[in-house]
Amino acid sequence: MSDTTAGLLTIAALVILLASVYVPFGDYMARVFTNPKHWGVEKRVYRLLGVNPDAEQTARSYTYSVLGFSLVSVVALFAILIGQQALPFDRDLPGMPWDMGLNTAISFVTNTNWQSYGGESTLGFSAQMGGLAVQNFLSAAVGIAVAVALIRGFVRSRSGELGNFWVDLVRGTLRILLPVAFIGAILLISQGVIQNFADHTVQTINGGSQVIPGGPVASQESIKELGTNGGGFFNANSAHPFENPSPFSNLLEMFLILLIPISLTRMLGTMVGSRKQGLSILGAMTFLIAASVTITTWAEASARSQAGKLAGAAMEGKETQFGEWASALWAVLTTGTSTGAVNSMHDSFTPTGGGTVLVNMMLGEVSPGGVGAGIYGILIMAILTVFIAGLMVGRTPEILGKKIGTKEMTYVALYVLSVPALILIGVGTAIALNSTPDAMANPGGHGFSEVVYAFTSAANNNGSAFAGITVTSTFFQIALALAMLLGRFIPIVLVLTLAGSLAKQGKVPATAGTLPTHTPLFAGLLVGVILLITGLTFFPALALGPLAEALS
Amino acid sequence: MKDTAMTLSTLLSQLPSALRKLDPRHLWRSPVMFIVWIGSMMTTVIAITDPSVFAWVVAMWLWLTVIFGNLAEAVAEGRGKAQAASLRAARTDVTARRINAAGVEESVAGTQLRKGDRVVVEAGETIPGDGDVVEGVASVDESAITGESAPVIREAGGDRSAVTGGTKVLSDRIVVQITSAPGETFIDRMIALIEGATRRKTPNEIALSILLVSLTIVFLLAVVTLRPMADYAGAPQSTLVLVALLVCLIPTTIGALLSAIGIAGMDRLVRVNVLAMSGRAVEAAGDVSTLLLDKTGTITYGNRRASEFVPAEGVTADQLRDAARLSSLADQTPEGRSIVELALAEGADDSDLPVGAESVEFTAQTRMSGVDFADGRTVRKGAGSSVAAWVGREMDPGVRMSIDAIAGNGGTPLVVAESDANGSKVLGVVHLKDVVKEGMVERFAELRRMGIRTVMITGDNPLTAASIAKEAGVDDFLAEATPEDKMRLIHKEQEGGRLVAMTGDGTNDAPALAAADVGVAMNSGTSAAKEAGNMVDLDSDPTKLIDIVEIGKQLLITRGALTTFSIANDVAKYFAIIPAMFLVAYPSLDSLNIMQLATPKSAIVSAVIFNALIIVALIPLALRGVKFRAASAESVLRRNILVYGLGGVIAPFVGIKLIDLVVSTIPGIG
Repeated sequence: MSDTTAGLLTIAALVILLASVYVPFGDYMARVFTNPKHWGVEKRVYRLLGVNPDAEQTARSYTYSVLGFSLVSVVALFAILIGQQALPFDRDLPGMPWDMGLNTAISFVTNTNWQSYGGESTLGFSAQMGGLAVQNFLSAAVGIAVAVALIRGFVRSRSGELGNFWVDLVRGTLRILLPVAFIGAILLISQGVIQNFADHTVQTINGGSQVIPGGPVASQESIKELGTNGGGFFNANSAHPFENPSPFSNLLEMFLILLIPISLTRMLGTMVGSRKQGLSILGAMTFLIAASVTITTWAEASARSQAGKLAGAAMEGKETQFGEWASALWAVLTTGTSTGAVNSMHDSFTPTGGGTVLVNMMLGEVSPGGVGAGIYGILIMAILTVFIAGLMVGRTPEILGKKIGTKEMTYVALYVLSVPALILIGVGTAIALNSTPDAMANPGGHGFSEVVYAFTSAANNNGSAFAGITVTSTFFQIALALAMLLGRFIPIVLVLTLAGSLAKQGKVPATAGTLPTHTPLFAGLLVGVILLITGLTFFPALALGPLAEALS
Repeated sequence: MKDTAMTLSTLLSQLPSALRKLDPRHLWRSPVMFIVWIGSMMTTVIAITDPSVFAWVVAMWLWLTVIFGNLAEAVAEGRGKAQAASLRAARTDVTARRINAAGVEESVAGTQLRKGDRVVVEAGETIPGDGDVVEGVASVDESAITGESAPVIREAGGDRSAVTGGTKVLSDRIVVQITSAPGETFIDRMIALIEGATRRKTPNEIALSILLVSLTIVFLLAVVTLRPMADYAGAPQSTLVLVALLVCLIPTTIGALLSAIGIAGMDRLVRVNVLAMSGRAVEAAGDVSTLLLDKTGTITYGNRRASEFVPAEGVTADQLRDAARLSSLADQTPEGRSIVELALAEGADDSDLPVGAESVEFTAQTRMSGVDFADGRTVRKGAGSSVAAWVGREMDPGVRMSIDAIAGNGGTPLVVAESDANGSKVLGVVHLKDVVKEGMVERFAELRRMGIRTVMITGDNPLTAASIAKEAGVDDFLAEATPEDKMRLIHKEQEGGRLVAMTGDGTNDAPALAAADVGVAMNSGTSAAKEAGNMVDLDSDPTKLIDIVEIGKQLLITRGALTTFSIANDVAKYFAIIPAMFLVAYPSLDSLNIMQLATPKSAIVSAVIFNALIIVALIPLALRGVKFRAASAESVLRRNILVYGLGGVIAPFVGIKLIDLVVSTIPGIG
């Protein structure tokens, strides 16, 4: 089977798989967050946490819960990481240095999973399973909770209450993430992903001995993709055969990456009572993914002359078992979903391919974005679109029956401003430092792209790396940790405040004079606004990095 | 007040006030333009300390960008100033004849009048302040504020009691109780509104400003961080170029035109003789989804057309017909003309009044009109009670029944009587019927396409109301409506999240006018109604509600269209400036120079010039407003996206290229 056929088949299989679960899974999630009944085990958790699961929270209280919970998570994870030698299964590894520990703790709590360390040589099994994997679940559940709160803001009328964070967190973890991750892990094990608690020493052919690191990989791999986390058990991430051994595991992992972000659009449509609204958002996301896949695949697959092909030109940095198509597809999905897991090294992509995955993140992680973060991100962009386009139909803007007034616009404007500001300030500061060129693996435009990529990945909570760049200096550890922290929680606070203000409003009924937000025209407009805002913000940076490189 | 085409001379005439607006304290109100002002200052300093043709050209055009923005605002304000001046003339100092506590008249200056004072105004005198007529009836010339030369009747009590300071009494004598303090009169408020002195940013303008400011901050960051990036790339950029890039990127077009669009929106209302008390009300008009329209005078002509002659017992149909015709020959009201038309249609002679006959006009006192013949015979027509009083006895039961039947059907009975040597008797009744105004059916269909529901309000019984509602094509009706019913309807609509617009003139309309999102008070109405509404229609034409909604929509569309245009423009500017900046470091970027601009300097200068000139080019559009077509939101959006979105992307490519062709000939740049 040729590379092209295999690639197209993979895409087709992925689309069919997602299409078949879209409706039932999306509706299931909607039920999870609207059903008043609690499970017995959940009630026990609420008692343990000391919360009343039937009490509603205001936007302020919901926000404090999110922030408080995340702060506790960072502290706990930080403690585990720097003190891991005190835990069982520590593989005799020392604790992380403080700056790497802080960076990693923030990284996993913010669902970024940026890794400035190599997993197999830095962490014991307890830290991986009890620290990182736990956050893989919880940070994903927090993202979903925030998205659900925003959707409730649209649904509710004259209330100002957004549900209960603890209920959303517990249900998201127990009813959505755990069961799916469990099934995913079993399927991965069937493909040969390892699940054990020991390293193995083997005799090499020339008589030496080599330690093959093992560990509870499948259980972590499954949630790593499902929760769009992306932090690999091994340094090579999903390019490592123990994490991603076969074409089927590769397909399964891509399916897990897309499952929740895509299905959340169905949940949105079901919860707001307009299935078409979910579809138009999905349409916009799909267009962005498809365009990105097309460009990246074209750039990667065509980047070789006949002679180059013989020498394996564009294969450098890619897993031979996946080839260019599967590598390009994965790269687009992982950057489009804020997962950041890689099955190839993005640094080795062609300038156009690498530039496209970079742009994927710059879009603000909305194609289709991380679990929860993607849907609230694109809803913010939809509000922005409605604001500009809505005026053009001669009414003050409204979306899903809610008016976009001064207050709402303030939160949206700050949201749209926050992440690009973090990236630009981060890159500007880093590039002005004399030490930075030494950290780059390459000179010129490519080296510049590495820095831009690092901050874009961190601030957008993606976590994938362009590789090449060395980020273990205290400056990068702290600067990137800050970018991750602020890039996660400033938007979350703004989204929740916005949700509260939307929930307080009454509902405006739709008339023929209302701008319809569930049509292909609106989806197209949404894509246009996302591309325009991203393009205008990052054009200079892109021109000096990937563009300069691609055009030469 | 004609819509003058924007000419160079209007622009030039406003140049001085545009220059006055360069004061940073004024510019601070528009953060985008304030940034440009700072940029102009910086580039000027650079041009002085390190002079070059390039620096001076950039600095000059940045200043022009600010001035053009000010010019837009000045021109918009200037259009109102002319009207304000004519209003001021009406406010000239008048002497008031105040009745003091002892009931004695005394002369005081108009400016000394306080609320509650009573003044006497007689024919030929100017009313010294706003108030209500508490005594007498008079015809008043209100042309100073309405532009309408036909006098109007103002009388004590009822819904026609309000008079406006500055208007002139033409006949009779009235006593007016002053209701507003000097400086706060209707004319004073009008002047302030028209001049934009009390203009505050509307909620939507603030929301849009927030968006513009945040875009400005993003671009500021993009440009500031570009400096270290450029240094790293080995292509250090001068402050001059970075400032030029920043000014090109921030949304200067909409930033410069935003306040002009708002002022022009108010001005468009003034042009149709509607005064909005706030910009907020104009915006709300665009959002209105339910229109409450009074049947009479808005949807129908009122009971104005004769449809049938109903003779009294013992009177032939011809007798009544001819008497009615003769009494209406001199009557130029629509009712009078329709009676003549009907009579002719039923076979009456088309003859003039006999010699010596004198027509008697309708007066506020008699409430009848008619004709006095030379032989002493007189004919009168009017409302039943007035005619009965004139005849001097009760109406016959037959006539009484006809009157009730006509009224019961929603029509108006007009009783005709004659008096001669044999005494007076009632001849019969003319049935005046409601007729739906021409073009209303189409307008309601238009409104429906725009997603606006129309509700007809009428005092008629449900049966009559239903038939007229059907004929007019309104969506719903409220029959036998009391003011309380109106309020209930408004609250019901608003609870469902709809914005309601209505008109009203009576004191009992005041609560509903205040509750409605857009309450248009008729100028002929009471001061309570005018106080309660947020708009006043000087022509007292309730049909205008529909125009008001369109003007509100047009205002919002113009704002949205120019914002889209402004942001879309940036694409071309990037393609002009970025390759120019980094051509030396990365020659490969020349392939981004798709406009093939001559040199880096000419590319930057061309973008800056385009950025400034587009403001001037769009001033007429900002003042006139984007053309509004009644259509569904989706099709309006499609069209505007195509014109202002796609057009906004393409236009600057063409514009910058053309400017570059000229600029590149300048030595030191080309």
